Amino acid sequence: MSTVKFTVSALAVIAASATTAAARDQVQVSGSSTVLPYSTIVAELFGENMDFPVPVVESGGTGGGLQKFCEGVGANTIDIANASRPIRDAERETCTANGVTDIMEVRIGYDGIVFANAASGPDFAYTPADWFNALSAKVVKDGQIVDNTAANWSDVNPDLPQQEILAFIPGTKHGTREVFEEKVILAGCEESGAMEAFVASGMDEDAAEEACTTLRTDGRAVDIDGDYTETLARIESSPNGIGVFGLSFYENNTDKLKVGTIGGVTPSTETIASGEYPVSRPLFFYVKKAHIGEIQGLQEFVEFFVSDEIAGPDGPLAEYGLVSDPELAATQEAVAAGTTMQ
Amino acid sequence: MTDMPLSSSVAAPDRKPASLLEQDARTKARNAAERRFRLYGIAAIAISMIALVVLLATILTGGAGAFRQTYLNIPVELDAAVLDPKGNRDPAEMAKVLTLSYGRVLDAAVEATVARHGIQIEGLSEDDIDNLISKEASAQVRNRVLANPELIGQTVEFDVLTSGRIDGFFKGRVTMESAERDSNTSPQQLQLAQELADRGEIVTRFNWNFLTNADASDQRPEAAGVGVAILGSFYMMLVVLVLAVPIGIAASIYLEEFAPKNRITDIIEVNISNLAAVPSIVFGILGLAAFINFAGLPQSAPIVGGLVLTLMTLPRIIIPTRAALKAVPPSIRDAALGVGASKMQSVFHHVLPLATPGILTGVILGLAQALGETAPLLLIGMVAFIRDHPDGLPGGLFDPASALPVQVYNWTQRSDPAFIERASGAIIVLLIFLLCMNVLAIWLRRKFERRW
Repeated sequence: MSTVKFTVSALAVIAASATTAAARDQVQVSGSSTVLPYSTIVAELFGENMDFPVPVVESGGTGGGLQKFCEGVGANTIDIANASRPIRDAERETCTANGVTDIMEVRIGYDGIVFANAASGPDFAYTPADWFNALSAKVVKDGQIVDNTAANWSDVNPDLPQQEILAFIPGTKHGTREVFEEKVILAGCEESGAMEAFVASGMDEDAAEEACTTLRTDGRAVDIDGDYTETLARIESSPNGIGVFGLSFYENNTDKLKVGTIGGVTPSTETIASGEYPVSRPLFFYVKKAHIGEIQGLQEFVEFFVSDEIAGPDGPLAEYGLVSDPELAATQEAVAAGTTMQ
Repeated sequence: MTDMPLSSSVAAPDRKPASLLEQDARTKARNAAERRFRLYGIAAIAISMIALVVLLATILTGGAGAFRQTYLNIPVELDAAVLDPKGNRDPAEMAKVLTLSYGRVLDAAVEATVARHGIQIEGLSEDDIDNLISKEASAQVRNRVLANPELIGQTVEFDVLTSGRIDGFFKGRVTMESAERDSNTSPQQLQLAQELADRGEIVTRFNWNFLTNADASDQRPEAAGVGVAILGSFYMMLVVLVLAVPIGIAASIYLEEFAPKNRITDIIEVNISNLAAVPSIVFGILGLAAFINFAGLPQSAPIVGGLVLTLMTLPRIIIPTRAALKAVPPSIRDAALGVGASKMQSVFHHVLPLATPGILTGVILGLAQALGETAPLLLIGMVAFIRDHPDGLPGGLFDPASALPVQVYNWTQRSDPAFIERASGAIIVLLIFLLCMNVLAIWLRRKFERRW
């Protein structure tokens, strides 16, 4: 008997307290694992300096975060989605269908993508064409389109060290993969003239682009679906490997990794800000305008995030590896005015 | 009957009368097979023991560092011009001064300490000196100043955390060679830390904060702790205890003692066994759909985690509880009924007390399994950066919280290597909790066990 009473009273207590806790008092953020460290740094400082609770920041990848973001409006949906690429039209449509119509897009800065090998390995100086010729499924050799058989980096470019080709690249669910394909493989495809050869062989432009970004599947290009820590672990176990990392991750692990140059430019916050280093992408977060005013601290958090003290060139985000946005003032204005995407 | 065996032995003339002292080939082969089997058994145990020892050794050597932390003792001159620019000591005005300004006050304090000791190191930059201490220190000083505005203008001693790399140096994780290549520290900085340690300003001591602090961002691994995770796990276990245990036991008693044996109870029985084998992530998907999207409970809250784990644990409690009830001999029930007890009296006065040790063991092992579960929590937003401790009960059930296994998962994905040490430390805390629960289960079984 006592068991039954106990159960009933426990259920009653929970039901009673459920009604008292309907409203949420902290901002909820989800999304890209690249933006996650920046988001947590800002959340921490926000909680320290303001009278609001610390925002809860979840990681789930850009796609996963935007999917949750577009689920609808209300206290049991998230307020902010972090993204390492701009929102796609299909995602906007899902959002609109679920009533998430007014979305504020906030660009927080730029992030570099670097290529690094084990610190004990040789120095690499790549060009995008080297990466294309090393990893693409089809390459152009003596005017003919052939399967890629390059086994050593020196086969691709005699100036590169004689080291086995083994690349750990971000898996397809990562926003980083898109940038890698577009800014490295596709750029290399055009640079090496393979693009022209593909078009000349009778492909239309889209088919040629797809041929460019189709990577070889013989085990030399390894997709990493986990985080950069997994890439680092793979490099530690096979020292011949070369990994694709975010600049901030590399800067926190310079004792274990050695970074390669692209077109002779060493990646750093300065070379990325000046545009000399080619492989970088903007980082964003998206805010539900309908939640501003409903969720306390949301407007303040967004303004705090893009303030000069935080996202500026001398702020803690830049210190961690974010390349600050030269147009930060425009972003601040847009945030203050609550400008939404069209 | 008695001479049957005799005559049968006579009827086998081809078998030589064997000596008891000399083994024939068949006996030898049988004995050899037994010896081999024993060796296989020993080998199997040895392999699992080696695996266990290696696992524990890696975790213990990796995580022991998390329980020790390096602190720097510095006098900080709380400059009124920076910390209270208006000069009216109004806490509301002073709150507008951000931790970044406090960081500059602290930088000056560290530089003054280095100068006071007259430490001269060639190639030591100002950044090296400033980055000696954790960014957490500015929050620590700010909170203290805002709580006691009269401190402004005075020089106050603070025990501040050193940065993760310096802390790693005193734990052997960072060496002069690795510092050479590391962009976050330098051999000069480590040398400075060593000099300060020689003068007794930097000390390494037991790290209680690891057990009480919340998570910290990537910039300050030295301040991260499992406090929120322990509280979150505790709240979830409480929900599981309050819901799964009574429901599970009541269901088992009914099914075992009262329910008619027919097709419906058979189907229920099969389903319970199936549910126990369902991958735990499925319960996470269910929890997201039912508790968050449909019932509108908040994300990342221990109540949702607890409810999901309750669903997961229920079959794992029902199965051992039914087994424990089944193990009580029917003679006990018959005797109770025989002296005029009702069915319910026989169950609650006689069967249940005798089944208690088995039930308790099942319950505790079920809870231990729920404590270590990560997958279902992934989907309900508990794998997140959560910096505020949840409130007390019952409101705290609805505040965001982390959980111990989730915290481990979270830390292994951070870029700073200092978080790997924290993750191993969190595993040690989790293992200690699991060990305690298992020891309790064994103790209860031993104490109340009865044999027939």
